[in-house]
Amino acid sequence: MKPTDPDVHWIEERPLGLTEKLYLPLVLQGLTTTARHLVGKKVTVSYPEERPAVGNPLIYRGVHRLNRDEEGRVKCVACFLCATACPAHCIDIVATESPWPDREKYPESFQIDELRCIFCGMCEEACPVDAVELTSFLDLTGKSREEMIFDKEKLLSVYDMTKDSEPMKSESLGGTL
Amino acid sequence: MIPSLETIAALVKIGLLVGGLMTAAAYLVLVERWMAAWVQDRKGPNRVGIPLTKIRLFGLGQPLADGLKIILKEDFTPSHVDRVLYNAAPLVILAASLAIFAAIPFGSVLPPLGIDGLPDPVPFLVAPGFSVGILWVFALSSIAVYGVLLGGWASNNKYGFLGGLRSSAQLVAYEIPLGLGLLGVVLASGSLELDVVMTQQANTGVWYAFAQPLGFIVFLVAAFAEAARLPFDLPEAEQELVGGYHTEYSGIKLLLFLVAEFLHMVTAAFLIVILFLGGWHLWGVTGSGDDITWAMALIRFGVFSAKVLAVILFFMLVRWSWPRFRFDQLMNLAWKVMLPLGIANLVIVAVVEEFRPQLVEALGSSAAGWVAILLPWGVFFAGWITAGMLTPSGTDNRPIRPNVLSDDGVFAAEHALVAGNELFTDTSVADDSVSTEAATPASGSDA
Repeated sequence: MKPTDPDVHWIEERPLGLTEKLYLPLVLQGLTTTARHLVGKKVTVSYPEERPAVGNPLIYRGVHRLNRDEEGRVKCVACFLCATACPAHCIDIVATESPWPDREKYPESFQIDELRCIFCGMCEEACPVDAVELTSFLDLTGKSREEMIFDKEKLLSVYDMTKDSEPMKSESLGGTL
Repeated sequence: MIPSLETIAALVKIGLLVGGLMTAAAYLVLVERWMAAWVQDRKGPNRVGIPLTKIRLFGLGQPLADGLKIILKEDFTPSHVDRVLYNAAPLVILAASLAIFAAIPFGSVLPPLGIDGLPDPVPFLVAPGFSVGILWVFALSSIAVYGVLLGGWASNNKYGFLGGLRSSAQLVAYEIPLGLGLLGVVLASGSLELDVVMTQQANTGVWYAFAQPLGFIVFLVAAFAEAARLPFDLPEAEQELVGGYHTEYSGIKLLLFLVAEFLHMVTAAFLIVILFLGGWHLWGVTGSGDDITWAMALIRFGVFSAKVLAVILFFMLVRWSWPRFRFDQLMNLAWKVMLPLGIANLVIVAVVEEFRPQLVEALGSSAAGWVAILLPWGVFFAGWITAGMLTPSGTDNRPIRPNVLSDDGVFAAEHALVAGNELFTDTSVADDSVSTEAATPASGSDA
């Protein structure tokens, strides 16, 4: 872009004042600032001993869970919307005919590869029955790749583990199914 | 052949000094990392303690771990380097920065030991009575530059080369203010021996920082530049030069460079304390004579070490308070600010020292002492305000506004030639007749 371009907005710099020209007052000011931080409060979280503060657990995007309905059955209706929405293609669903009268299909197997997942929350957005949700559980570790592929039982157990501390989002946020 | 007691004493001192310096350098790296962390509101390294236990000791094991790690790393030599110089550079720089300490005292004296063959009292100095101590220090700190230069050159790498170039230009520029700041002290104390300079300050009770404020500031700034510490760390400027002259180094050779660099800072701190901050002297605590007890010797050593540590901490605090200077600002500061200020300081110190006997005769010794302090302070304020008002180190390299060009035709033409930019010869911007008129003589003189 040329400096003559009418879109260039020229700003005049403020001329230096007396203290700025003498420099020493600014030196003292700078040293005071650093010295204040030197003794000030630290923001580091010593992780394994201290837990980082997870702001609102309801909007945190940690490990997934598969929700259960009131009867303890998996809520998922195997519609594949989450698998379709997933940009990392980490959701693998095998659908089969539902044994229950209130829906046609249910997942025979439901796997999420936590290593491929990018924790974007699209599955959660896509789910029409709020079956898959992301929890605020953040230390996700494993000793092998296979272990990091979470199957249906494991995802349901994450729900059992977190259902008390984190109610289902549709209910707690006042949403409807 | 049995070495003489004096030789043994010197060897013991060398052992203590080198061991102490190396340990200190390792732990100062930790302190530097702590300071960096604290200034940035972090906690810093606090995990490594005793190996195989859970004892953490605030991270005091960190230097050991760091050292072990860097020693065990592969010492890789790239294929495109000049092998002889590449290997020599870290040795040159480390040897030079360690040898400097032969002439630098690290305390006062030990009380007489009463051993035959040993001089009494034993000074805290590897080479006592070295009458050109200050010259030795300066000569070797200049040799250390060769290490940087050779490293940058031998690396056969653009970043390394640029770092070496910058380093040589910077160190040449700042040797002069450094020397000028120092000359004032030499003039006032009348000696080139560092321990004599300290003793002089202890005897009069007036540290040279108070008697020569301008010299102190000039020396301090130049010492920062000589040590290539942050406001002046252009030779290695990580963000621009990927580490500068030691870009191509790894493993133990890199360690030697880093230790040597740290020792430069320690040397600078020692010199600042010895020359300007009274060395081991502290009013009402340390006394001034050479006739001392063991307790006093320890107190003096403690005071000296505390001062050196304080200066090093100041170095580290400054690192996080200033942004890096641009190279032209660096040069302007050296040649247009520090050099004249240093000369002004030298002149006033020379005048004061020349007329001190007459002053004492006319005013009495205490009033003369005050005059000898106040005069340099007057020069300090006058010089500082003059330098500040002229702002010689300010370089305006902002882009030039087009409408400024049309008002000032010569200016426009100059830039048109220099920059070769069609903008400035654009007829819609600058007045056509003015720019061609001004361009003709300029191009004529060029040919």
